[in-house]
Amino acid sequence: MRHLLSAADLDAAEVGEILDLAEEMALVQSRPVKKLPALRGRTVVNLFFEDSTRTRSSFELAGKWLSADVINISAKGSSVSKGESLRDTVLTVASMGVDAMVVRHMASGAPLQTARWFAELGLGVHVVNAGDGTHEHPTQALLDAFTLRRHFRAQDPDRPDALAGRRIAVVGDITHSRVARSNVELLTTLGAQVVLVAPPTLLPSGVGTWPVEVRHDLDAVLGEVDAVMMLRVQRERMSGGYFPTPREYTVGYGLTRARLGLLRPGAPICHPGPMNRGLEISGDAADSAGSLILDQVAAGVAVRMSVLYQLLGGQDDADGTTGALR
Amino acid sequence: MTQADDEQGRDVLVLGADLAGRGPADLLIRDGSFADPADARPDADRVDAAGLVALPGLVDLHTHLREPGREDAETVETGTRAAARGGYTAVLAMANTNPVTDTAEAAEHLLGVASRVGSAQVVPVGAVSKGLEGEELAELGLMARSAARTRVFSDDGHCVADARLMRRALEYVRAFDGVVAQHAQDPRLAGRDACCAEGELSGRLGLPGWPAVAEAGIVARDVQLAELTRSRLHVCHVSTAETVDVLRWAKQRGVEVTAEVTPHHLLLTVDELTGYDPTFKVNPPLRSGEDVAALRDALSDGTIDAVGTDHAPHARHDKEHAFVDAAFGMLGLETALAVVVETMVRPGALGWGDVATRMSSVPAHIARLPGQGRPLRVGEPANLVLVDPERRSVVDRDASLSLSRNNPWHGRDLPDPMVATWWGGRRTFTRS
Repeated sequence: MRHLLSAADLDAAEVGEILDLAEEMALVQSRPVKKLPALRGRTVVNLFFEDSTRTRSSFELAGKWLSADVINISAKGSSVSKGESLRDTVLTVASMGVDAMVVRHMASGAPLQTARWFAELGLGVHVVNAGDGTHEHPTQALLDAFTLRRHFRAQDPDRPDALAGRRIAVVGDITHSRVARSNVELLTTLGAQVVLVAPPTLLPSGVGTWPVEVRHDLDAVLGEVDAVMMLRVQRERMSGGYFPTPREYTVGYGLTRARLGLLRPGAPICHPGPMNRGLEISGDAADSAGSLILDQVAAGVAVRMSVLYQLLGGQDDADGTTGALR
Repeated sequence: MTQADDEQGRDVLVLGADLAGRGPADLLIRDGSFADPADARPDADRVDAAGLVALPGLVDLHTHLREPGREDAETVETGTRAAARGGYTAVLAMANTNPVTDTAEAAEHLLGVASRVGSAQVVPVGAVSKGLEGEELAELGLMARSAARTRVFSDDGHCVADARLMRRALEYVRAFDGVVAQHAQDPRLAGRDACCAEGELSGRLGLPGWPAVAEAGIVARDVQLAELTRSRLHVCHVSTAETVDVLRWAKQRGVEVTAEVTPHHLLLTVDELTGYDPTFKVNPPLRSGEDVAALRDALSDGTIDAVGTDHAPHARHDKEHAFVDAAFGMLGLETALAVVVETMVRPGALGWGDVATRMSSVPAHIARLPGQGRPLRVGEPANLVLVDPERRSVVDRDASLSLSRNNPWHGRDLPDPMVATWWGGRRTFTRS
């Protein structure tokens, strides 16, 4: 694996390898001493143009537990306002001699552009997309798949293909959600059926061509799905005219206490965080027995360890064709 | 300098070119005008143009020269050299410079610079509103009375979104036969971030959408304002099939509306955005294949009157940001005719006479330029371009005469028709 830019770049076998290795990594996570020597001498830079405490710490722990040298660079604010081009910023960091660059940016496509500039200059730096604008967040989709796979396997050990054939609802602001886009790609690759639930104002244009089912009635959907993923509603959407009031949003699309009873027994609840308790998800739902929200956070570190290992582990050639995947 | 000076005072005899599709004939260039070839002096410079097509010098309704303000991206000198290389003998220079061309002094200053360094006639476009802010009218009448004789007014880059301001602008310019060239973009439907044609791809790429209605809605309003005020409206860079429908309707009603399409909207589609390459970021955005087909049909049947390049040079670093942060625009002057040949002439949608109309005489008429867009005829100004309809090559952005390199055609195999350009009898481009 050269880069991880989009969940769409992974086929089912590759996803399986990442998730299987993440299971191994999760074992490390539960040990008293968590350090593996796998990436000793490797350098990972978390280059975050947008704040994200949880994703950054998750990548940071993942790198550190694999013994990589990890540094965090916060480049908040657009490069335009600082007067430096994005290309100059990423090339500057890359030129310090880093092995992998984990990029979070408020603009869609920035990690893809970064990877292209590196390729043009023959730089071997691996790029991981840690969330780009309203486009993709592939490691989030991987950790969601990991969490759900574990859950379904525990429920039904005789089904090794734990996600194939499952119906999974993704509820909320699909238009502006990179989590939703990556999950649609990844879950579809794994054979699951995704049901998007949102008011029409929060569905992206062209959603009709996506391999998903689109619904507007959350109450009707909840009893038909094997799991539900709630998406965060960003503050700026509330004043953007996408829906009249937060109250109305909650009534239509929030996972309220009343709606918990509509879920199939044992159907898990996911949320990528940070949560707006009381808006898209009630405290009762977030803290319910079916909630996997903290499992997702834990899975995040294991999955990112796996991804970093796939990109950097055992690789000693420059062309990036080794690693566990290819 | 150009080869112009050594030709001064010497006849140039162009032999056997096909005159805009009307068959081969000879042309004599003498003292800046066309003269009777039979009168050619024996020492005339003879140009064998057999197999070539002669067109009147092209006129671009829509050029960004970036001077004053961004001379690192383009200057009057480099922009007009690029224009000459593209076959243009006149370019209308948009007002969104720094400072904005919103006064007679600014327009005359540009005219003065161009008179010293220009390789083509530079026609200053005046801003509709002061500072392009869309609030108050700029001094339209003073610009019209100035030495620049401004007739085309545009806030291009910004839409004149306020309906009342647009109405007043249209009414006011009627006094001096002016025209308001509208950049049609409803800012409420397509805001500053909007950078991808709204549709399947904008949704998938997560790029802010620019819906067709944001253009067609403004045009629908403006053609009715033009009807109400009995004034002239020009629609810049039409990009959607919906706008074409509105234009057709308006023209049937007899509204005095004209429209232009850019070369890039005749060939490139939104699919170019898949790799988030800001070279393909332009405003209005690249659209669907259906839109491209509708625009070609409209240019063919005259619903769209003219080709305007929207030549928009940018310094490299302004294009090396994340896609939504990068500057809008692409180069166009040097490749416009190539794209028109590829998309319109070769498929048979336009003949050479139509090319002369759409790229020279009609734009000159819209801008009320007396010495441009004239027939290739004795007594007319010698604005001439010779083209080779068969020649092709792969576009190399580094071969451009523009200062900028934001060339969307780089690496593409296209017609390469440009042979030579004369502006007022002065040779401003010769293929090496």
